[in-house]
Amino acid sequence: MANKLINQMGLPPSLSHVFSARNILTAKDALSLPETDLMALLDIDIALARSAMASISEATCPPFQTGLALLEEKMKSGGHLSTLLPGLDIALCGGIPFGALTELVGPSGIGKSQFCLKLALLAALPECYGGLNGRVIYIDTESKFSSRRMIEIGEGSFPQIFRLQGLAQKMAGRIIVTRPTSISEFNDSLQQMKLTLLQNEVKLLIVDSIAALVSWDNEKGTISSRQSPLRGSLSFLKSISEFSRVPVVVTNQVRSHSSDDTFHYIFQGHRKDTSNSERSESHLTAALGIQWAHAVTIRLIFEAHSGHRFIKVAKSPISSPVAFPFVVESSGITLLNQEGISVAGSEINAIRCQGCNILTQ
Amino acid sequence: MEISNLPISPSIRSKLLSKGYTSLSSLSSISPSFLAQELSVKLEEAVEVLRAVSDTTTSKSAHIPYGIIPGAVTAWDMLSEEQMQRHISTGCEDLDAILGGGIHCKEVTEVGGVPGIGKTQLGIQLAVNVQIPVEYGGLGGKAVYIDTEGSFMAERAYQIAEGCIYDILDKFPSNSREFLSCKERLQVNNFLAGIFYFRICSYTEQIAVINYLENFLTEHGDVKLVIIDSVTFHFRQDFDDLAQRTRVLGGLSLRLMKLSKMFNLAVVLLNQVTTKFTDGSFQLTLALGDSWSHSCTNRIILHWNGNERCAYIEKSPSVPSASAPYLVTGKGIRGINSNFKRARIM
Repeated sequence: MANKLINQMGLPPSLSHVFSARNILTAKDALSLPETDLMALLDIDIALARSAMASISEATCPPFQTGLALLEEKMKSGGHLSTLLPGLDIALCGGIPFGALTELVGPSGIGKSQFCLKLALLAALPECYGGLNGRVIYIDTESKFSSRRMIEIGEGSFPQIFRLQGLAQKMAGRIIVTRPTSISEFNDSLQQMKLTLLQNEVKLLIVDSIAALVSWDNEKGTISSRQSPLRGSLSFLKSISEFSRVPVVVTNQVRSHSSDDTFHYIFQGHRKDTSNSERSESHLTAALGIQWAHAVTIRLIFEAHSGHRFIKVAKSPISSPVAFPFVVESSGITLLNQEGISVAGSEINAIRCQGCNILTQ
Repeated sequence: MEISNLPISPSIRSKLLSKGYTSLSSLSSISPSFLAQELSVKLEEAVEVLRAVSDTTTSKSAHIPYGIIPGAVTAWDMLSEEQMQRHISTGCEDLDAILGGGIHCKEVTEVGGVPGIGKTQLGIQLAVNVQIPVEYGGLGGKAVYIDTEGSFMAERAYQIAEGCIYDILDKFPSNSREFLSCKERLQVNNFLAGIFYFRICSYTEQIAVINYLENFLTEHGDVKLVIIDSVTFHFRQDFDDLAQRTRVLGGLSLRLMKLSKMFNLAVVLLNQVTTKFTDGSFQLTLALGDSWSHSCTNRIILHWNGNERCAYIEKSPSVPSASAPYLVTGKGIRGINSNFKRARIM
């Protein structure tokens, strides 16, 4: 919509000639300028500039829908990819939602990629078995995708399906793995993704992991500004997920919680510093910063403490903060407790990795 | 005031200056046909120039007979108007109390906070609460929800509307005839149909929709609330030139303020946080910069206070700074003391 051409908007011909003469061709060029700048640039008076802006705005503005229409649309097209973990599905009102960005964050080795493998399988399964019967695009930046492990998960969770001749091959054939080696390659594949998603009936997009892309760019030392290199791709990812109505699952890494991270507002003063410093030794925090944290719709935190691993629903518009203990078995992730433990307060955002030696498991 | 400040096109302005008309008084007693001949422009353009001149001079005229400036109102009239104003309840009684009744109409309120604190929840709650019928103490108006991040979930709006209706019927159990007709209007589907939802995917569309709102609001006169969730997202992503960004944001906030006054509605902007280096350490602050922080009338910051969610009024012209705790429940935003069953969200 932003790149809509001005000469196709039905403005009076004299006016649209003036716009193209000054090289203002798209709605984006025209609307980025204040009215007075436009008036000066195009040499027209203020009333004409205002009415031109109004017509361009009306043409560029997307149509509206009522909340009721939105709900009915969702009811019709289904809205969720069930994870087959009953407790989690209930907490998320059905599963991983379509058209939104779901983030899995946790320390390494905790089970995020296992979860992604299972989701990929679930999306590829035929609908009679609870799947989405579609293709899956798996963007693997750390070379963690193991098809052998995925088949193992499949045989463990759906033994009756996978024993069938050729079905395993068909399922595996629906999962497309791509391994970009730089952010620009990633952005390029995203650009083509819009068409691919629609043409090839892709039902799930997984990016494992997105933090790795940013860390490559850092190594090359090309970051000079404070702004994240993922800016453009982030909103693009969100918009393609919205328009194609596919769920997008993204994995994120953690980094250690330094004392700089105990942020407060100016009006809160500097109380509680001592209690925070005790916690910060064992606490980790999600990589990619607070801007990324705002952008995701659902955040599932994977953490380990007191000898167990937990999946916490940390940020979600429709669920209360709960934590589910889980284990990783041959058939993938299984929840130990379907009810979930309610977590109060800001504890839900903490990521811990202690009391559980990953190497011995 | 000089010719250079008139709102006319640059080529006409340069013609005026080259012919020697440098001040307004030189144009005050000239006829349009003479001016058209002098500048070799069309008659209509000359008329426009003179009209621009007369508009500027009358508003700055020194001889105002009765001391009243056109368009101004006295403080007493404003007071009586404000006292009759209804406010939009946030769902939490403590928060309503420190806000002086709720979110004010004719003002722009900014709400910011860290991710996961409940900004979208508050936005959806307000979009539902503005529709509470006048008989039950609400405004009986509709809401425009401009979503830039895709965080609006229709199922959650359904839950919140359901919770709101449940609480109203609980509070007003009367079965008298006047209430019966409003009761019929208290349907969840009606509440959902009263939210006009725009999904915005770039800052261009954000500017376009705010420009278009004037026409939209003239058509849909019962809209009493405009929410933008969030106003920051696209401006942090795609804008490279920060100076231009500040100017565009300034224009946006002016337009929103004008809309709120013209149509007597409340504008609520949800903002994200960022870190700023002040006093030797990093502090949390709302995004979009220092210039933006002046553009809103009121500012509420949602934050964690230990294990509690709190709303802090950082800036308001009419109420003092105060903090109030609130909860996000299955039924929406509620206060700490409200008696509700903390139901599992199913």
